[in-house]
Amino acid sequence: MSDPLLSVRDLRVDFPTRRGVLTAVDGVSFDIHPGEILGVVGESGAGKSQTGAAVIGLLEPPGRIAAGDIHLEGQRIDRLSQEQLRKVRGRKIGAVFQDPLTSLNPLYTIGRQLTETIRTHLPLSEAEARDRAVQVLGEVGIPSPADRLDAYPHQFSGGMRQRVVIALALCVNPRLIIADEPTTALDVSIQAQITALLKRLCREHGTAVMLITHDMGVIAETADRVAVLYGGRLAEVGPVDDVVNRPLHPYTEGLMACIPTTHERPPRLAQIEGSMPSLTAMPPGCAFHPRCPHAFDRCAAERPPLFDHPPSAAACWLWAPEGARATERAAS
Amino acid sequence: MLAFIVRRLIQSVLVMLAVALVGFALFTYVGDPINNMVGQDTSIEDRERLREDLGLNDPFPVQFFRFVVNAAQADFGISYRHGRPVEDLLVERAPATLELSFAAGLFALFVGVPMGIYTALNRRSWLSKVFLTVSLIGVSLPTFLIGILLILVFSVWLGWLPSFGRGETVQFGWWSTGFLTWDGLTALIMPAITLGLFQMTLIMRLVRAEMLEVLRTDYIKFARARGLSARAVNFGHALKNTLVPVITITGLQLGSVIAFAIITETVFQWPGMGLLFIQAIEFVDIPVMAAYLVLVAFLFVLINLIVDLLYFAVDPRLRVGGGGGQGL
Amino acid sequence: MSARASTTWSGRLGDALWRAWDSDLTYSFLRSPVTIVAAVVALGLIVASVAAPLIAPTDPFALATVDLMAAFTPPVWMEGGDPQFLLGTDDQGRDMLSAILYGMRISLFVGAASVVFAMTLGVGLGLLAGYAGGWIDALLMRVADVQISFPAILIALLIDGVARGILPREVHHEMALWVIIFAIGAPGWVQYARTVRGSTMVEKNREYVMAAHIMGVHPVVIALRHVLPNAMGPVLVIATIHLAIAVITEATLSFLGVGLPPTEPSLGTLIRIGNDFLFSGEWWITIFPGVALVLLVLSVNLLGDWLRDALNPKLR
Repeated sequence: MSDPLLSVRDLRVDFPTRRGVLTAVDGVSFDIHPGEILGVVGESGAGKSQTGAAVIGLLEPPGRIAAGDIHLEGQRIDRLSQEQLRKVRGRKIGAVFQDPLTSLNPLYTIGRQLTETIRTHLPLSEAEARDRAVQVLGEVGIPSPADRLDAYPHQFSGGMRQRVVIALALCVNPRLIIADEPTTALDVSIQAQITALLKRLCREHGTAVMLITHDMGVIAETADRVAVLYGGRLAEVGPVDDVVNRPLHPYTEGLMACIPTTHERPPRLAQIEGSMPSLTAMPPGCAFHPRCPHAFDRCAAERPPLFDHPPSAAACWLWAPEGARATERAAS
Repeated sequence: MLAFIVRRLIQSVLVMLAVALVGFALFTYVGDPINNMVGQDTSIEDRERLREDLGLNDPFPVQFFRFVVNAAQADFGISYRHGRPVEDLLVERAPATLELSFAAGLFALFVGVPMGIYTALNRRSWLSKVFLTVSLIGVSLPTFLIGILLILVFSVWLGWLPSFGRGETVQFGWWSTGFLTWDGLTALIMPAITLGLFQMTLIMRLVRAEMLEVLRTDYIKFARARGLSARAVNFGHALKNTLVPVITITGLQLGSVIAFAIITETVFQWPGMGLLFIQAIEFVDIPVMAAYLVLVAFLFVLINLIVDLLYFAVDPRLRVGGGGGQGL
Repeated sequence: MSARASTTWSGRLGDALWRAWDSDLTYSFLRSPVTIVAAVVALGLIVASVAAPLIAPTDPFALATVDLMAAFTPPVWMEGGDPQFLLGTDDQGRDMLSAILYGMRISLFVGAASVVFAMTLGVGLGLLAGYAGGWIDALLMRVADVQISFPAILIALLIDGVARGILPREVHHEMALWVIIFAIGAPGWVQYARTVRGSTMVEKNREYVMAAHIMGVHPVVIALRHVLPNAMGPVLVIATIHLAIAVITEATLSFLGVGLPPTEPSLGTLIRIGNDFLFSGEWWITIFPGVALVLLVLSVNLLGDWLRDALNPKLR
């Protein structure tokens, strides 16, 4: 395989609060290869969004990267100054946020917001930037884009606005897009369109995507590989087909059982007993062990490292190689 | 948009009529205007004739109508105290008040807005804390006390600035200005600061609060994620969104600057309309009180109208159809 | 303790107080040294002025104790100071410290009475507007819109001017205190009314209110027992900040010479009297009442700011 585009190692994100330090993301590692779509899935509070925010350097204060490193195209980006990081954001990493209704500045036309972004990163004249803006708007499926350039955000519907947001994220051809719940705020009827659009555009441009969502259905349809987060930690990572059909981690297994299917009708939707522990009350050992049907002594005592089980990897003692030491790390 | 302006205009006229009613009621029912016009020895018949001549026996609507028509032509009768037409007094005093309010407004705006932006962008810097502390003290210091303190320090102790009056003024037709002489400008400094300080702290706190609110919004986060420079994000995106509500409140504050000028003018014996009004209250000079009330109300309504139009210019959601129901 | 469910008003108040004590409010109070200082200062000033007749060195209104010979005595630490008059004396030989304590008493009384008046009026009208809706609501809110665009001080001046015109001179002199309270309080109703109206409109659609309706509970009872307690937080914040504003407004009116007569000097009156002697060097006659006024207003403002932030953490 080629060198990874994005490489995250042992990332830890801390939030110092008045009741002590909360660790929102704890020792998460993953790679994204060029053109690949990595789904990041987990319940709310599992640390998905914080991981995404850490990658583009937009953690809300007092949140901060406390440990680990992030490399983009071989260059370390988590130690960059704000000014250097700014040149990476937008230019190399684009972003799409959850709510298209609030992502656009209501006081500026979408044309102005597009050309502003384009001219920040590319040496183009105003006219050239406008041409490019029209072209990108066309690509995301805005009808008669040249006429809509001078329209204000409130003149678009929710779905159309999310297309504009995607256009803004893609307008200077970044290598990676971080899409944080890009369809959650949309009508169900539009969600599929937007997901399909994102997938198609990234294929065409060879852009990699870090798709953050709580919706396993979206992941199964769109992603190439999946990272499952639980309690701020990586539970399992692997190709989408393996994770969905042959999950290693008991949590993933439970998660997959929750996807409603159309062809078989279970009497009731499966659910995992209990709920994810809050960041203030993380149990010792494996974060999942209090809810895990297969838990044994070691799970409560020691935190499992990520064990390789090609093509996937899971942080679960069930997959510890015979005689493996707890401290041993499965290097990728 | 046209419909909106027409609606606003009608509202403004209604407000003016309501204020005129209060002014008229003052005129008619507070004190007997005849008593104030004639001497002790005037006979009952003469009084009755005068009453008839002045139309004071006409039905209420007729009298009110006459009051409104006269007021619209800037005719408010004769001041009991000065024995001169009220409109002459007001015209004479207006430039002093307007110049003072203008200077105070400029001071408040050009100091308050940058301070607000600074404190919002640099929340934890020590200078922000100083600004905020100063603003809190500014809110807690009554206007007249600020004036007294300034006089004590800069006039009594240091002897740098004049403590009362407008200084030397230059006449342009009916307008007298203190902007053109050194004397006039030095006389303006302390009154303008006194009058503007409260508004300045208010504007600063408002800009800060609005800006902090805007900086938390998704579109600012998204603007950062697009890699725009800090300058473009803070001043291009955040500031413009901050200024929309700030414009309204600042505009409305302009009205209260004119009202608070009453206090400043008393402290500095500034020969403006406010001083005239205060003296009118002390001596129950009803025509002056009524005229001042109507005039200030007119200025308020005018400012409100201008603010609304500015709102349209800044916020596209109001300009282009749709996005209605933005209760203004 | 907090679990007990009381049905009586006082019991509910007790519960609310306990919850308040047991909450973030106490936490944020103890965490903010500025607020603690402000509370101590405010409490000190309030107690000192209420107890003025007990603790003031002299009675500034008793002609017997006033000695014209002692006029213009500077504060004790200055040359010519007299230990009998800690903060010096005014032009009539009255002890400044005593005059300030008594003056603050009057200022606080006028301020508090205006707030109570404005609050009663505003809360009542707010409940009415929110509950009745329809044209009553529309009318009240229109009046509020128009009124709030005029500065309170202007309305107060006008009310005072009218009172002077209507009332004969002697009557006005006697009534001055109540005229001032009315003039300061009357324009203040708008903010209370708007806040209460807002929460009333939210609360009145809640299930428990509807249930009470169906059970035939009288609307006034519902309004007072169920709707009002929910609006008390913001009302308290407004009242605190309003107290500071009312004290300032009273001082301003008295300074302008249209407030309380010199026979009942409030802090504003004292400042006005002292202002005449600013140029002849007797600054203490103005400055000490001014400092007292600022301390009072500043500490109350700080408490109000803290209360607002503590009750609405989003604002921070």
